Amino acid sequence: MHELAVTESVLKIAIEHAEQAGAERITAVTLVIGDMSSFVDDSIQFYFDLLTPGTLAEGAQLHFKRIAIQFRCRSCEEEFEPRGMDWTCPKCCALGGTVIAGKEFYIESIVVKSEE
Amino acid sequence: MCDPCGCEDHVHKHEHPHETETGAWKIPVVQKILSANDQAALENREHLAAHNITTINIMSSPGAGKTTLLMATIAALEGTVRVGVIEGDVASQVDAERIATTGAPVVQINTGGGCHLDAPMVHRALHALPLAEIDPLFIENVGNLICPVAFDLGQRYKVALLSVPEGHDKPYKYPAIFEAVDLVVVTKSDLMPYLDFDLDAFRKLMQSLNPKAPVLFLSAQTGEGMADWLGWIVENV
Repeated sequence: MHELAVTESVLKIAIEHAEQAGAERITAVTLVIGDMSSFVDDSIQFYFDLLTPGTLAEGAQLHFKRIAIQFRCRSCEEEFEPRGMDWTCPKCCALGGTVIAGKEFYIESIVVKSEE
Repeated sequence: MCDPCGCEDHVHKHEHPHETETGAWKIPVVQKILSANDQAALENREHLAAHNITTINIMSSPGAGKTTLLMATIAALEGTVRVGVIEGDVASQVDAERIATTGAPVVQINTGGGCHLDAPMVHRALHALPLAEIDPLFIENVGNLICPVAFDLGQRYKVALLSVPEGHDKPYKYPAIFEAVDLVVVTKSDLMPYLDFDLDAFRKLMQSLNPKAPVLFLSAQTGEGMADWLGWIVENV
């Protein structure tokens, strides 16, 4: 449900950066989204397609880089991905760990164009 | 998988950002998408600090007992601290009306379909509260284990409630909220004899995900465990 407001933010930030750079069009936007954040690619894509016509980003491609959840074991420092309901460290079998990746939610870059 | 750019699988076809095209160039942005909310949250935090108000953002599934716990809390703390409440719901004034019966100042926010509170909503609600007379302020978020955690409100503490009927395995399914909070309160402890909630397994899971967050266990209905919760509030206000 909250992807509409979130996609509006994406568009606003992208347009601000494009305008600052003196660009006339945005051709691509790359988002980085951690699997622990609550944002859904298809839903962002849906609102992006709805919001962009008539803006600098009309027709722009939206790219998603998903980042898997990554734990760092508190016992042996091993870094590993939890597998569903199996959170045991593959090296020392301790449970869980400090979350070191998976919470990302940012615009990495945009590709812009000038018409000349 | 398109190896050259290192991006993930895409169902749709796309241009590669690094492909050189006349007049096209790449701009690194690296800006948090929720930065506008974060900024508003920062302003709320400063505003609340200026009024010496400790703010506690309470998050849980719908029906975990947030309002019931708040009502029992307000009654128990009467005469010691002056509690204020912001109630967040998709629709209705039901919860604010319940809180109002305790005499505590309360403001209802209706998100109109929105699945969480955000910082600008809380900012507007703060204008409707007698800030000089309140400490602590509880914000009861929209019942939802997923979305509220992504939106900073400017609170000092984040608390997750989990009711016994929901089951002890919730951190596996909703790690983001249980990883982010400062305290977890397991509610409806009086239902333990009837359900197979494994408290030891839950504590172990919380210890593995978020060892800094204490886990309390209580029933607002019977009063069991309420002293620990009230103690936590008084200690942190």
